[in-house]
This record gives sequence, structure tokens and C-alpha cells, in this order.
Amino acid sequence: MVPADRETQDLIRRRTPPRPILLNTVRAFLVGGAICTIGQFFLGFFRGRGLPLTEASAVTAATMIFLGAVLTGLGVYDRIGRRGGMGAFLPITGFANAIVAPAMEFKREGFVLGVGARMFTVAGPVIVYAVLVSVLVGAFLWLLGAIG
Amino acid sequence: MEFLLAFVVGGLLCVAAQLVLDLSRITPAHVMVLFVSLGAVASGLGLYDPLIRVGGAGAIVPLPAFGHALVQGIIREFGKVGPTGLLTGGLTAVALGLTVAVVSGLLMAVLFNPRG
Amino acid sequence: MATTITRTRRRGRQTISFELTPAVVAAAAVVGPKEGQGPLGDYFDVVKEDDLLGEKSWERAEARMLTEACRLALRKAGHSLKDVDYLVAGDLLNQITSSSFVARELKLPFLGIFGACSTFAEGMAVGSMMIDGGYATSLLVGVSSHHCTAERQFRFPTEFGNQPPPSAQWTVTGAGAVLMAAQGDGPAITMATIGRVTDPGLKDPLNLGAAMAPAAADTILRHFEDTGRTPEDYDLIVTGDLADVGKQITADLLERKGLDVAGRLFDCGSAIYEPSQGVESGASGCGCSAAVFSGYLMQGMLGGRYRRLLLVCTGALFSPTSYQQGESIPGIAHAVALETQDAPG
Repeated sequence: MVPADRETQDLIRRRTPPRPILLNTVRAFLVGGAICTIGQFFLGFFRGRGLPLTEASAVTAATMIFLGAVLTGLGVYDRIGRRGGMGAFLPITGFANAIVAPAMEFKREGFVLGVGARMFTVAGPVIVYAVLVSVLVGAFLWLLGAIG
Repeated sequence: MEFLLAFVVGGLLCVAAQLVLDLSRITPAHVMVLFVSLGAVASGLGLYDPLIRVGGAGAIVPLPAFGHALVQGIIREFGKVGPTGLLTGGLTAVALGLTVAVVSGLLMAVLFNPRG
Repeated sequence: MATTITRTRRRGRQTISFELTPAVVAAAAVVGPKEGQGPLGDYFDVVKEDDLLGEKSWERAEARMLTEACRLALRKAGHSLKDVDYLVAGDLLNQITSSSFVARELKLPFLGIFGACSTFAEGMAVGSMMIDGGYATSLLVGVSSHHCTAERQFRFPTEFGNQPPPSAQWTVTGAGAVLMAAQGDGPAITMATIGRVTDPGLKDPLNLGAAMAPAAADTILRHFEDTGRTPEDYDLIVTGDLADVGKQITADLLERKGLDVAGRLFDCGSAIYEPSQGVESGASGCGCSAAVFSGYLMQGMLGGRYRRLLLVCTGALFSPTSYQQGESIPGIAHAVALETQDAPG
């Protein structure tokens, strides 16, 4: 191997275009905000049917997951994500995209080792650490005497 | 007004995530894990419920709400059944979302092929 | 009895100068729809209407493009499979299955090679050695890549909503094949410079052009040092898939070493798409240089627009495992010199 000298590394750093942070931020705000506004319609709808806030929230989240799944299936969500960045990923619709995209992609490897196994390549870690942290938080609250 | 608040609160959460992504160079998957964990912590500190009261779906739709739902589920079950609730409350609270995600994932895989 | 080597084709440290210069008798390029819509679209022999080609997987589609490119190159030269001694082929997929499946169908003696996106030049260099050494009279070199097979292997599922940074490159869906022969009309391969692995220490798989640029510069400099030629001896110095970012870095690195390539540097990865096609820095994939050479540049040589080209294909030698384990991304570049029969001596 030929190691690169300092000058080369500096040159590469200078010539690699920076991420357009301001533009990305604006896009994330607009796309993320728009998705949440759609969520607000559903939340209002379920609240209007008499569901308490916790249940209405869960049903809204589930509805948005289904919406994200359908948009991924129709081949639309990758385009939203291309522009929206985290504005498309942070909403729960992005979580759905992370599940459905590999499920579709690895269908050709079969429904067990393809779809079944690959579905959670990105969503799996999210669930794993969400469960871990929530149990830790719960345990802390218990130790502090805040719950129970 | 509630729509505007949902837009602003949801949009700002996404902006925070985008800044973490662009400034730290970690992957979107890492940002998702980070924010869902932050949501759980904020929930334990009693900060997430006020955010939902202000932002509505703006706080409910982004991923931190998933961490929040787990923690609130744990607190609820703990109140009902004691310490076992620590291990059962979380996933019970998010069962609806997870089941919909798995079933719709399978359904889409059956119905559609990737377009590339 | 020990034999002594009385003569050698080696020149300098890394370059070979062929005696029996193999001719590129024919070349064929088969590409996907996005490549067909690009500025070089008219130069490709076949532009497919969709990425799947009616096959059941992207991988099968890729193998079929390569098969078609090989068969078409033969047809253009008026040769048949039984005139061909070997297939030398490679691609980007694990265990280069696309190439192996093509070899299975063509039933030719097969040498599979891997040099990531440098594979096309690597194949032409190896093929030239085989012909010049008398081990072959005629052989096919074929290389392919496919946007979707590469994405799902190296990055994300194709429907995943990922946001690429400005340094990212779009893998070309395309295949190129050349028929090389000891005798025949067509541009001759006169020299090859085999590259060294060069690693600037980058770890970002979405900035491959920068990772490969030092290798490209190293091979280009080495070629001129070994041969005593100058950039003026070539109409174009063609790099494989550095794209805009990597091309600029390569030009800067060469300039720093005092090599003036102004106006002669042409990068296939910068040329194959329009900026409006949403490809960020440009193209990547071993099909990029293969298709651009077999389509656009080969026609330029046959039409007399170019008499001498230095084709420098660049490769990023990494795998999903290596970068997830935090390894840096090494680059490599191989060069072959192509000259028309009337090129100045």
C-alpha cells in the first residue's frame, strides 16, 4: 500500500464538496413538517371519534406507518427521502420505509431468509435500543421512587 | 392553529435530526436510534408530554414518540402489575404500530416489486 | 538448464510495452434507460427500456446485458464464439456471479477477474498479455455493473429513501465488451501500466471518487515516467469513474507533480450523465468505463477523432464488510494505451 501524504489528504478534504447544510435543513423542516401536518389530520379525526389522547396517538402512528408503507410500495417514498433527508426519516413514515424497502428488495431471496430476515435491518436497531433505553428509564424511575 | 403547531414542532424535530446527520457524519440509522432513545429519556424526565400538548402530531409522528410510548407504557403497567410491568409495558404500548409495520411490510412485499 | 531472459517487454517499474500489439477488433455497449437518456446516449449500441430487462432479478438483468454486449461485439466483427479462445470478465457483485453466469451461457474458457471499477482496463491488460505471449489469438473482455445490484449490495435497498451527499456517485447500469485479436483492424493496445493500491485513508463509501483519485494520479504519473511519453502524446487521458469530485482532485494531484494535462483529462463518470439527472458527483461502476469506451470512445477512434488514448480505469477496493468494520477505502487504477494504426510513432 502507498500511504497518502498530508498534502494529498488536505487536498481531498478541500475538494470534497460540503453537504448543503442550510438547504438540507430547510428541506427537512418542510418535508417533516408536512408529514406531521398530515398526521395532525388523523389525530384530529381519531380524537373527534372520542378516543383518548394516548389511544388516538397510537392509532395515528399506526395509520402513518401504513401510509409510509404504501408510499414505499408505490415507489414514491425513496423520492421523498432523497429530498427530505431526516424530514422523511424521522417521522414514523420513515420507520415504515426502513421496514418495507428491504422487505420488497429481498423478496427475490425468498420470504423467510429474504423478506423475513431483512425487514429489520434498519428498523431492528431502532426497536432494540428503544426497548433497552425505555426499560432503563423505567428502572431509574422505579429506583427514584417516581413510579410504583 | 394546531396544524401550524404540528408543522413547526415536527419540522423542528426533523431539523435537529438533519443537523446531527450532516454535522456528525453518522448514518440515518444511527440518527434514528439516537432520537428514539432521546425520546425515551425525555419521556422519563416528563418533558415529552408537554411537547405533545403543544405540537400534537408534530410530536406524535416523529420517532422520539416511539421511545416516549414505550416509557409511558412501562409506567402504566408498573402501576397496574408492579415490577413486571417494567418488562411488559413497553412493547404492549407499541404493539399496534409494530404489528401494522410488520403486516404492511409483508403486504407490500407481496404486492409490489422494487422499481430501482 | 537455466534459461536467461534475453529480452523483456517491461518498461520502467510498472509498464509493459507489447510487441505483438493486440487489436480491438470490435466493441459493444449495452446500457440501461438512464444512461441512454444521458449525453452519450446515441453512442451506445443498445439502450434498454427498463432496468429489469423483463428478467426476474436485477442480477439476471445485469448478466444478460453483459451476454448481449459480448455477442454483439462478436457479430460486429463477423466472428463467432468458436473463434474466441477466452472470456476475461468481471463485475462488482460478490464472487463476480454476473460474469460467471455469462461464461456459463457462452461456454467459453473463462478467467474471472476483479478490480472493482478498474476491471475493464485490467481485463484489457491481461488479455493483451495473453495475446502478446502467444497464449491466445482472440479473446473477449467483458465488464458489467448495474445500479440496483450495486445499491442493494453496497448501500441500501433501492426503495430506501436515502439522501445522497454531493460527493455521491450513481452506479452505471451497463455492460461493455471488446473483442481483441492478434490480427485484425481496429485500435491497437500498445502498452499497459499496472497500478498499485493507494489508500488516502478515506472511510466514506459515498465519496469514492476522492478515494480513487490518488491511485489514478499515481498510475498516470507512473505511465509517463516509465514510457518517457508526455500528455501531448495522447488526444485524451480517459479516467474511468472518478466523477466531478475525483476528477478535480486527480487534476490537482497531477498539477502538483508538474504534469500538465489541461484539456486532455476526460472522465467517463463525469461524461455519461447530465447534472440534471440527479446523480450528484457523477457515475461509478465498472460498466461506466466499459460502456463509455465501447460506445463513445471506440467510435471516436474509428472515426479518426482520437488517434491515441490512455484509458485509466479506477477502482475502489472495498466491501460492505470492510467499511462497516471501519477500514479505509483503498483505490487502484490500471492504464492501457490505445492507438489507431495511423497514430504517429
